[in-house]
Amino acid sequence: MSLLEVSGLGIGFGGLRAVDNVGFSAQPGEIVSIIGPNGAGKTTLFNMISGVYLPDSGHVRLDGKDVTAAEPHRLARMGLTRTFQNLQIFQEMTVLENVIVGFHQSESGSLIADLLALPAARRRAQAARAQAQELLKRVRLDKAAEELAGNLSYGALKRLEIARALAMQPRVLLLDEPAAGCNAVETEEIDHLIAELAKSGIAILLVEHDMKMVMRISNHIVVLDHGEKIAEGSPESVSKNPAVIAAYLGAGDEESVDADS
Amino acid sequence: MKLSSKWMQLAALAVLVAVLPLFFPSGYYYRVGALIFVNGLAVTGLVILIGYAGQISLGHAGFAGIGGYACALAPAHLGLPPSLSILLGAVISALLAMLIGKPILRLRGYYLAVATLGFGILVSMVLTNERALTGGPDGMAVQGLALRKILRGWGWKLTSGEFWYILSALAMLVGVWIALNLFQSATGRAMRALHGSEVAARTVGIDVARLKLQAFVISAVYASVAGSLLALQNQFVTPDIAGFMHSIEMVTMAVLGGVGSVLGAVTGSAILTLLPQVLTVFAEYEQLVLGLVMILVMIFLPRGLLPSIAAKLKGRGE
Repeated sequence: MSLLEVSGLGIGFGGLRAVDNVGFSAQPGEIVSIIGPNGAGKTTLFNMISGVYLPDSGHVRLDGKDVTAAEPHRLARMGLTRTFQNLQIFQEMTVLENVIVGFHQSESGSLIADLLALPAARRRAQAARAQAQELLKRVRLDKAAEELAGNLSYGALKRLEIARALAMQPRVLLLDEPAAGCNAVETEEIDHLIAELAKSGIAILLVEHDMKMVMRISNHIVVLDHGEKIAEGSPESVSKNPAVIAAYLGAGDEESVDADS
Repeated sequence: MKLSSKWMQLAALAVLVAVLPLFFPSGYYYRVGALIFVNGLAVTGLVILIGYAGQISLGHAGFAGIGGYACALAPAHLGLPPSLSILLGAVISALLAMLIGKPILRLRGYYLAVATLGFGILVSMVLTNERALTGGPDGMAVQGLALRKILRGWGWKLTSGEFWYILSALAMLVGVWIALNLFQSATGRAMRALHGSEVAARTVGIDVARLKLQAFVISAVYASVAGSLLALQNQFVTPDIAGFMHSIEMVTMAVLGGVGSVLGAVTGSAILTLLPQVLTVFAEYEQLVLGLVMILVMIFLPRGLLPSIAAKLKGRGE
């Protein structure tokens, strides 16, 4: 049994099949990348797996349990969470608070305790604070802890979003273009971070346009085109697959499979 | 560091409340002060709803009305002492907020504003039209609190103005303390998170609907208690307490003072309660000047008085 199993997943918007009959699986510690030309349905697929969209066919299973119709906050509590292509950061909160929010499930207790600042609530808050500081160290943002998140650079926000997701101790982590808009140094930092996370046993689903990065760190690649899976396999086999090359070149896209983005 | 900031804010407020009477030219100002504190309490509740959780309500006077009329009706019909009537009003407000909050908090922005507006109008209409029970638009008398007599028995002789000044101040301080606790707690942080991004809040496991409802219910209880205190100190209550203008006044106080900050809300209440008294020198132009002041504040200090000034001071300090 796989940790995450996606089968026959599909959704249509109006007459358009944005994603159709896509399936794959992921094991703990595995990095599965989903690639394809723009508009291939990668983010839509992510939105279905993470509960943002309700698919109209197919199943998502976590530990063999059907979680297809589960809302995002329920999935999060079961250990599946994600980051976003267009950052979703709490801009008006500090960097540290952004990560503490990630501990919401373990931190939250009774409302009354929170309102009256009872010792139990304070202890929980302190524990979450200490753990959040550890995570900030891990993504090297500990020096910016007390700054407003809105003041951070783009690359730093990408790492902050990952730190927040890690706070939930996920078993499956969906990263939607974690390196988009980052410079070479930042990309490499994120690259290392992802490899490290996989090593710690988290199954990682990655959507990324930086093909060098994808080829370097993925264990398994799923290729989408026009909402359908056209190939799947190891980085080497996928990069040599004629259908994949045709999809990338035929789409009139300037990116090619092994060129940098 | 954050912890001390909470106690500093509370201490500053308490000192201000204690020192102010030294400058009162007459006993009348105790009443103005009490009014500021009661408004401050209601507006602090709105800061939780609007400033923390990012949800608007244009109908919170409805809950103030329920609190006010609970103190008029429960002693007369149920024989409940006024102090327990405050509690009864708060419980009814909380239950009602839960009941109507569930469906209407699915709405956003303007739609939520209109739905809450409808709720407020509904309450004030019921209070106006149920003449047999509420006395209709003429309102009804409210019994005083027995507490003042008890204090007198202990040799602590307070005028009605002084008594209500102290009691309202205490109520407001407790309300501020709770709101500041919430701000730093897991629940408050989750509320602020969903304010920032509902999508992201969901992905970290926050039950957005539940938290919005909690904020709505808490702020309803604040408004209800404030309404009760208002009715008790006036010893009279009319349907105006639940009226549209009262709802708008509360939101305006919150926004003017700075809706993200509890102390800002209190400042906003103080200014909007005091200004009309000060502006009487402008006679018939009073409303005009009041409107002008509000427009200028929103143009030059768009985040509200206190947060904008604090940001400016901080910027200069660095």
